[in-house]
Amino acid sequence: MNVLELSRWQFGITTVYHFLFVPITIGMAFLVAGFEAAWLRTGHERWLRLTKFYGTLFLINFALGVVTGIVQEFQFGMNWSEYSRYVGNIFGAPLAIEALLAFFLESTFLGLWIFGWDKLPARLHNACMWTVAVGTTLSAYFILVANSWMQHPVGYTYNAHKHIDELSNFLAVLFNPAQLAGFPHVIAGCFLTAGALVTGVAMWHLMRARGEKDGDGSTRTADIAAFRSAVKAGGITALAGAVVTIATGDIQGKLFTTRYQPMKMASAEALYHTAKPAPFSLLTIGTLNGSKPVFQITLPRLLSFLATGNWDATVRGIDNLQAHYSQVYGPGSYIPVVPVVYWSFRLMIGVGLLAALIALISLWSIRRGALPRYRWLAWPVIALPLLPLAANSFGWIMTETGRQPWLVYGQLKTSAGVSANSAGEVLASMIVLTLLYGVLAVIESGLLLKYIKAGLPAEPEPGEAGGPAETAALVY
Amino acid sequence: MHLSDLWFIAIAVLWAGYFVLEGFDFGVGILLPVLGRGDAGRRVMINAIGPVWDGNEVWLLTAGGATFAAFPFWYASMFSAFYLPLLIVLVALILRGVAFEFRGKRESARWRFRWDAALFLGSLIPAILWGVAFGNVLRGIPLNAAHNYTGNFFTLLNGYALLGGLATVTLFTLHGAVFLALKTTGDLRRRAAGLAWRIGVAAVLAGGGFLAWTEAAHRAPGHGGSTGAASVALAALAAVSLVGGVLASRAGREGLSFAGTAIAIVATTGALFTALYPRVLPSTVAPGYDLTVANAASAGQTLALMTVVAAIFLPLVLAYQGWTYWVFRKRIIAPPPAEAPAADRSVASS
Repeated sequence: MNVLELSRWQFGITTVYHFLFVPITIGMAFLVAGFEAAWLRTGHERWLRLTKFYGTLFLINFALGVVTGIVQEFQFGMNWSEYSRYVGNIFGAPLAIEALLAFFLESTFLGLWIFGWDKLPARLHNACMWTVAVGTTLSAYFILVANSWMQHPVGYTYNAHKHIDELSNFLAVLFNPAQLAGFPHVIAGCFLTAGALVTGVAMWHLMRARGEKDGDGSTRTADIAAFRSAVKAGGITALAGAVVTIATGDIQGKLFTTRYQPMKMASAEALYHTAKPAPFSLLTIGTLNGSKPVFQITLPRLLSFLATGNWDATVRGIDNLQAHYSQVYGPGSYIPVVPVVYWSFRLMIGVGLLAALIALISLWSIRRGALPRYRWLAWPVIALPLLPLAANSFGWIMTETGRQPWLVYGQLKTSAGVSANSAGEVLASMIVLTLLYGVLAVIESGLLLKYIKAGLPAEPEPGEAGGPAETAALVY
Repeated sequence: MHLSDLWFIAIAVLWAGYFVLEGFDFGVGILLPVLGRGDAGRRVMINAIGPVWDGNEVWLLTAGGATFAAFPFWYASMFSAFYLPLLIVLVALILRGVAFEFRGKRESARWRFRWDAALFLGSLIPAILWGVAFGNVLRGIPLNAAHNYTGNFFTLLNGYALLGGLATVTLFTLHGAVFLALKTTGDLRRRAAGLAWRIGVAAVLAGGGFLAWTEAAHRAPGHGGSTGAASVALAALAAVSLVGGVLASRAGREGLSFAGTAIAIVATTGALFTALYPRVLPSTVAPGYDLTVANAASAGQTLALMTVVAAIFLPLVLAYQGWTYWVFRKRIIAPPPAEAPAADRSVASS
């Protein structure tokens, strides 16, 4: 592999890995803050125990999110220095603002939350976690501003002398229409992810309690009550997240099909020839390189409706777009790897919907009686926290590979953005980071499972908020 | 003054903030095997920086992001040139970052020993490499006409830059020792203060030598006027406050000695940046290939935007980070010895 291919693989691996932790952090920050607020409001111990239980899972997850984020910021310069020069005027600004506005908030107030149980008044302590939640959301906003600009560049002028893009209108960059559709989509996905995690873990405990006929008295009853609350809170969060994800995904699909990146959407639907009306592909099997379809099952007119809201509208196809782009941008291929875009798009939707469905059944299953009604739910609830993680990854793979061969759409090709470093250097970094990330994934999973299995922390003594003062002072 | 000059100063401020704050975090990590007796003792050290280390590290991310936004050509050339050293720094920071959170999550002595090792190495390696990196920036690196690096990993390992690494690692270790003396009690406080004296001598020699070498040989040519004089003055201030900090530690004035090492680190960073100005990354191939404040900077619109954002939010960040230090202003008290698990004793002696 050459430097370009290695750099792309490294960026793909590190970014997908980083984004396993990000959505959990964003969604869980709100849920943990909400649990603590519920404790302050109602005084019920179960909310405090849920705060501590899910707070621990949140922190284990947060640690990896933070450290893998540093790699993200550095590798633009390390691996994509031509890109950094070309776009730094515009792309650098949201990154710097993200650090200044969001990273400082998150890290500082999380430190206060972790160590502040016995040092801050209860409401102020809770406010710290709300601040963390706001910080994570701001962080997502600014990094997605940067990504949206790559998908749909706005608010810039091209400086032909220096061969770079320069900022002309920051408000246009900040409120890019691609961003206004993409940001709620990602944030709703974060709530689906975190809600599914909270529900899945709580349901697992309830299913385990269901398996053991005789509980050991009052603690067990208290635990069941707490986990039922967690299933409700997490399940409703997940479903609300799913609804908004679907709605904003639909808006994005229409926006990109009709205006911003028709090639990406044509690839996602394996629509090779422009059609009026266009059929929806239920299954397309193409040649291995995706150059043409071999076998297709389609539903007539449906794609026209999904892509434009009109059953009769024209949808442009891959081959026709290729001919068009060759005229506009010069000779070359403007087609992404169609099978990757096509299948990641379908897997994103399918896996995400499956998660929402399991969350819905989980909610339904505890409607009556203390414990879930359906024995067969045992396996689905274990899968529940993992499905949105997969959906998130497929979504990013779809939208990033679907933009190829462009790095900045219509402006800069990926092949023109890479650093002049040697293939050996990039191979070394890719191997080191992949191995390190793999080892950390194993350790992280082990820790999460340990703390999930351990269950809720013991009920605190009456009148005592966070356990003995010593443990609060020496958290690490 | 151009906005690009202002942003050169802003980036110097961000690095200075990073080195002052993360400097003592690194120092504590480096001293973990030296001063940390038993699991309980090491926990006290780690918890002394526990609430603040992550916020301190954001100064690095902000410095990186600000360089990207304000000086894209500097960011691109420097990060791709220092590819392998930065990879090593990243691995170190990753291991160190997760070590804080993971270390206490299992009872096993072997588990904790491994994360303590990660904390130690994850602090030691960046503390050295940041100095090596700054030495190479000051000295210049082989950059071609396209501002791309033409050297290799070993080009970066020259005497001057290695002395820079020695300077930062001794400065940060001293800063950490002084911080521990300020933030802990009893035996640990006493031993940290005692060690500060010995590390102080090394820091004065390495730091003083590095600054003297910088002023003698690596100051921007043709700018011997105001910025050159400022660089010499800042280097002198660094030397005085460093010696003062060490002497204050000797005299048991813990607050004063911490102020001394903090000022020494800020002044050192200032001396390096003023010596560098108006270049940001000199080329050893030809002066015409130098990256400078002028040719590496973003256009006015980006710099104006960033100036407004920084003017609003940097004071806010300073306010709430300052408040955090106030909330956790008390000394960390070691738990009673019975708290330490018996199994840990063997690790402490190894």
